[in-house]
Amino acid sequence: MYMPDFEYHTPETLTEACALLDELGEKATVLAGGTDVLHKMKVGKLAPGHLVSLKNLDDLRTISHEPGRGIVMGALTSHNAIYTSRLLQERYLSLPMAAHTMASNQICNMGTVGGNIVNGVPSADLPPILIALNASIRLVSSNGERTMPLEDFFHGSAETVINQGEILADITIPDQPATGSTYIKFGLRRSGALAVVGVAVSVTMDGDTLQDARVVLASAAPTVMRARGAEDFLRGKKISDELLAEAGDRASAESRPRDSIRGSAEYRRNLVGVLTKRALRKAIDEGHA
Amino acid sequence: MPQAITDKDGVKRYLITLNVNGDAKTVLVKGNAILTNVLRDELDLTGTKKGCELGDCGSCTILLDGKPVDSCLMLAVEADGREITTIEGVAANGRLDAIQESMINHAAVQCGYCTPGMVLSAKALLTRNPHPTEPEVREAIAGNLCRCTGYVHIVEAVLAASQGRTAPADH
Repeated sequence: MYMPDFEYHTPETLTEACALLDELGEKATVLAGGTDVLHKMKVGKLAPGHLVSLKNLDDLRTISHEPGRGIVMGALTSHNAIYTSRLLQERYLSLPMAAHTMASNQICNMGTVGGNIVNGVPSADLPPILIALNASIRLVSSNGERTMPLEDFFHGSAETVINQGEILADITIPDQPATGSTYIKFGLRRSGALAVVGVAVSVTMDGDTLQDARVVLASAAPTVMRARGAEDFLRGKKISDELLAEAGDRASAESRPRDSIRGSAEYRRNLVGVLTKRALRKAIDEGHA
Repeated sequence: MPQAITDKDGVKRYLITLNVNGDAKTVLVKGNAILTNVLRDELDLTGTKKGCELGDCGSCTILLDGKPVDSCLMLAVEADGREITTIEGVAANGRLDAIQESMINHAAVQCGYCTPGMVLSAKALLTRNPHPTEPEVREAIAGNLCRCTGYVHIVEAVLAASQGRTAPADH
């Protein structure tokens, strides 16, 4: 299969990587796990003049808990490194499980959380659960850095607010009151399939009252989206099956899915309702699962 | 950064070292050389197969530092200095690995195209988890598509190998 030619760069530090991106301008593409960038290059969707490989930036491959800040995860952390992280498994098992179900073992060993975010596709599996956990991201460039809530990063299908010259450095999951979270994905096969629809939720329970909830949808709009109507409806209410079903209906009504080869808009809207209800029930009953 | 050598036509190549099946191999590759192709065409390790070439089918699976990856979605330059196991490195001292023996005995090979990748995925699983359950075996090989067998014999073969037997149970 044809692979376009390019100049290859392997900066040793993030600073050096940012300087390279400034110097090379729009002709440069950042290479992390390669599962999306090389795929796009092979099918002719991308032909960058330069690839700036981040493979030497080992600092961006760590997961640690920083007191007062939360869990900080380097952008080069692979899906399998997330899946096997004891720290994440103990605190938010929902995230390792989402990473585990996102693709085959091979791809999970290669692909990175940063790539999953920066690609900006609405079917990506990690952004919904990360947004449900109120994650923020740190973007670094030669001019400094900025931190923003992950949910503000996306603004269209494959469109994000990242600027030329910026590199996603890490993702922070803050210490939080949420008592449960989960991500349920519906794919056309059990393994390695893109989400027809995915729903991530987090809940903060006080007895059987929902103090707070987040409902985040994948493949249900041009970008990953929060179903804020459903969230507002749930806040402060005592849980019941009827309540969760109604929240599902509201999320379904808010969703803006499209027809695609993987499912019709109507089917997806229906799935949003069903999965929202199930995900809420699971997060309420099983905690971070 | 690996050493770059530019020829008289201005084509830049990189001198990289791949530690393949225990041997350090130094090769000169272009930046856009895909690892599968370098293994097959430069190192004659044609056991690594080319299927979809887009990371879906798993026939190009190799172990990179012990972990299965799709070598079709990896630049050879990115693997500089890493440990690689291909199917040629699974048998040791002229003896097949238990997984290979078991796959033969279970008739888990039909056309054989998926087999190298399948064996490597299974090998990585049994190294990490010597006594997997059937769902764990199925999950481990989920990134290796077989269009002949329906997977039943493959799963049985891997489970048998994990239990120290390579002959099939009586049917």
